[in-house]
Amino acid sequence: MVDLPVQAGSLEAEARKDAARRNRLLSSPAILIIALFGIVPLLIILVYSFLEAGPYGGVVWHFSTDAYVNFLFQQDIFSGALTFAPAFLLIYLRSVLFALATTVVCLILGFPTAYFMATRPQHQRNWWVLLITIPFWSNLLVRTLAVMFIIRDEGLINDILMRLHLISRPITMLYTNFAIELGLLYAFLPFMVLPLYASLEKLDFRLVEAAYDLYATRWRVLWRVVIPASLPGIVAGCLLVFIPALGAYVTPLILGGGKHMMIGNLIAQQFGSGRNWPLGSSQALILMAAVLIALFAYVRNTTGKPTNG
Amino acid sequence: MARTRPPVDTKQQPGFATMAAICLVLLYGPILVLMVFSLNSGKIVMHWEGVSLHWYAVAFQDADFHSAAKNTMIIAVTATVVSTAAATLAAIGMTRVRPWKGLTAAFMVINLPLMVPEIVTAVATLSFFALIAGAFGINLGIGNLIIAHTVFCIPFAYMPIRARLEDMDLTLDHAAADLYAPPWKTFRRITLPLLVPGIMSGAALAFIVSFDDFTITQLVAGPGQTTLPLFIWNQIRRPMTPEVNAISTILLSVSILLVAVSFLITRRRR
Repeated sequence: MVDLPVQAGSLEAEARKDAARRNRLLSSPAILIIALFGIVPLLIILVYSFLEAGPYGGVVWHFSTDAYVNFLFQQDIFSGALTFAPAFLLIYLRSVLFALATTVVCLILGFPTAYFMATRPQHQRNWWVLLITIPFWSNLLVRTLAVMFIIRDEGLINDILMRLHLISRPITMLYTNFAIELGLLYAFLPFMVLPLYASLEKLDFRLVEAAYDLYATRWRVLWRVVIPASLPGIVAGCLLVFIPALGAYVTPLILGGGKHMMIGNLIAQQFGSGRNWPLGSSQALILMAAVLIALFAYVRNTTGKPTNG
Repeated sequence: MARTRPPVDTKQQPGFATMAAICLVLLYGPILVLMVFSLNSGKIVMHWEGVSLHWYAVAFQDADFHSAAKNTMIIAVTATVVSTAAATLAAIGMTRVRPWKGLTAAFMVINLPLMVPEIVTAVATLSFFALIAGAFGINLGIGNLIIAHTVFCIPFAYMPIRARLEDMDLTLDHAAADLYAPPWKTFRRITLPLLVPGIMSGAALAFIVSFDDFTITQLVAGPGQTTLPLFIWNQIRRPMTPEVNAISTILLSVSILLVAVSFLITRRRR
């Protein structure tokens, strides 16, 4: 009689353990969907990148490393001689520069904004977060289109300047590097502000007060107290801007007008008019490798250290 | 006498408010201009002539807009339902368990669609469907787009559901179990009702990312499978009329509404 409750208790614990074990299986539908339709396709382009291009798109099942060789070299049709052709490499370098510039400008604009948000009273902060979140989730195609309407030759800026007789001919802004950079900044600014804010919101402002009490200038407080304390947010924000900016597709498509390509457009072109799926696959994998290296470096540098955000 | 210094608001930094204002103008200026010009009565996209709803009327009578809206709704609703269901199960299966071997791997798989650049996912998915169409003669039509969307919707639906589960008080579950409620009943009567805001918020985000997707849809879509973002893309490749502003405004309003709803749902719990 006395033993019974104990026994019931252990049975119950046993049942709970069983339930916990069964619960694991609940994650299988999601994992199966992503494995089958997300990971298998990546393996397919890995295989495709080692095949020959079909004449009308698609692939021919012959092993070939042409896709990777063609990334750097061009083969002469008649002699078969390889010559160094940096066209693709240059597009990759351009994209890296665009992504870096976007990251820097986003940080310069985003840091003061996030700091300003974090120093508002609580009820105002929520509204600021909503204000930054809305563009984050809004349709990127439409937002980019809105930029195009403003900066094109017949656009709002030129229209106003011409009516004011400040200029006689429209300033060409669309389909330039400037347009792409502006579009990238506009697209990814919220990706910088939100993680910065998350980090700065947790900043202990008593440290700032202490620094002022010790006669630190505003600049020194910022440089020696605020920025070091929010470093995890800065790193996260930079990564969240750099990675999608590197693989940007919509922005250069609309604001670059096909003349100024980035990696994303190059890849899409191989699967479209370029009709070279293996080459496109290899270019996609090279992009993904770059992203994974950035992510891996981030994980290595953040794990094991005390973080603020 | 102690040295005095001018009182400083220690939190303030000079010029930061201006920067915040610049950010808001940058983020909202183009959107507001687009919305205002959707009310333009004139035929030229950025040349103001007067206020009218003319271009909304044109859009609503456009048969192509109807079929694009229908496709978008079919894809977004199906992808949202399937991804939210899968994400809910996964979130429970990954929080209400003792840490098991492979939990980190499972978490990485769920988040994979967020880490792979969209254009890479797009061409990989295109290759996948081209391969199964070529090898097995299977073409699911619009089903291809539904599958592609479901994959990238899962992590978006997963995040708020998981966050909600982690915030939840486990003692309620234990209390129910102590009162001899079977696990299923505990789940249905305790866990699920408390989880509803997380599920709704996840579903809203999944719907938005599916509704707005352009890159993956553009590459995977077969002939005639036009969604609203593809419809807009087709419009801007022709001489444009303000109809494109009207439709863009409708798309933006849908996202803004859903974000606001999702935001309010998640905020109320705190």
